[in-house]
Amino acid sequence: MSPKLFEIMNLKKSYQGREVLKIDYLAFEEGRIYGIMGPSGAGKTTLLRLLNLLEEPTEGQIFFLGEDTAVNGTRRLALQRQMTMVFQKTVLFNTSVFENVAFGLKARRLNPAVVKERVFSALKDVGLKDLAQHCALSLSGGEAERLALARAMVLKPRVLLLDEPTANLDPANVATIENLVRTMHERDGTTIILVSHNLFQAERLADEVIFLYNGRVVEKGPTERVFHAPEDDRTRAFIEGRMVY
Amino acid sequence: MDKIWQGTMEAVRLIIRLDPEMMGIVGLSLLVSGSAVLIAGLLGIPLGTYLGLVPARRVRWVSKLVYTLMGLPPVVAGLFLYLILSSQGPLGVLDLLFTPTAMIIAQTLLAVPIITGLTMVAVREKKREIRETAVTLGASGATVAWTVIREARPAITGAVVAGFGRVIAEVGAVMLVGGNIEGYTRVMTTAIVLETRRGNFESAIGLGLILLLLAFFVNSFLYHLQGTVDAE
Repeated sequence: MSPKLFEIMNLKKSYQGREVLKIDYLAFEEGRIYGIMGPSGAGKTTLLRLLNLLEEPTEGQIFFLGEDTAVNGTRRLALQRQMTMVFQKTVLFNTSVFENVAFGLKARRLNPAVVKERVFSALKDVGLKDLAQHCALSLSGGEAERLALARAMVLKPRVLLLDEPTANLDPANVATIENLVRTMHERDGTTIILVSHNLFQAERLADEVIFLYNGRVVEKGPTERVFHAPEDDRTRAFIEGRMVY
Repeated sequence: MDKIWQGTMEAVRLIIRLDPEMMGIVGLSLLVSGSAVLIAGLLGIPLGTYLGLVPARRVRWVSKLVYTLMGLPPVVAGLFLYLILSSQGPLGVLDLLFTPTAMIIAQTLLAVPIITGLTMVAVREKKREIRETAVTLGASGATVAWTVIREARPAITGAVVAGFGRVIAEVGAVMLVGGNIEGYTRVMTTAIVLETRRGNFESAIGLGLILLLLAFFVNSFLYHLQGTVDAE
């Protein structure tokens, strides 16, 4: 049996003694789209950051394709290069749109001709090819989000972690971003782990949904089942809009 | 008001005549302060970047020391250097006292904490979001550090501007270790002090205006550099 993409065991994460995440076991299969839902403060972003190796667990282990991620140096870099994350607050570098997308490829020391070809292809996918030489910081919110996605897409990562990628965007941009995520998943086989407050978005995109509450996984299952026949009362309350948070 | 007007006229006369003595003083001021800022930049920018990148709690005491030295009075820095470089001092054998080299060392000591401290603050401000974005895009440690520096460039340029402002305007340190020797260690600020003591207020004001003009041109150049990397 092939190893899981991510496998979390006995994980605890605390900040200054306050426990924000406690997961006994959670696994992610390769090639699927996961939606992580839950009220504010449930630990969704913390979970993404732990998976992206931006944070260390206080206790427990996270395995990536069977390998313990508690490693340093070149091994950690090699693991990190198989995944990438698009943050809720888009951070663009103060340089051109082209250079922003080229950043990760140049960090991997790819041939300049390959970099150029892949960057323009990604910019074409997100509809920003004509703005390649513009300063990235001059882009609108929707363009900036598409650029952040192009910067991730161009790397062809094994797993893409998305933290509220469409928060504060208009419906047209939301649809564009969702289509790009689907394209990336279908064309490149990228596993997507999406944190979203938007229930409809999670329902539209995800194959499987994980519901977090107070740092605990209270429900995990196929999207249709979780949305239409949730097993946990808290999930039901959240989906039906009865959860005050 | 009369003296200020006469001083302005004196400044115009000195500039138009390209007075050789004045040109020598201006040249030495630029050489001493420019060299000091260059050396301080080479030391302070990497040090400030390092201090900005490592967790703040690990370098708490170093940060406090840097902040304290940012307020180091020039005359105190000059006094310490004077004692070190004097014939009885530990580096007296180098025979550097009352030379432009001693003045450069003194101004470097004043500029390093300013450039280090302001670079550290600039890097800390940019660190988390830029660092994490670079890491998640697969950058190695060195690339991450360089990216943070690059993104903090406008603020780091500001640190260099502040360092230059600190040294071009100071008089205490260069007076003590340079000695204000005519044609050898006399710079704009020490010349202004001398002219004031002599009662030549017009000349002092004229030199003061030229010093301001000089600072304006140098800072305009640095501002231009800052502007080329600014978003707007």
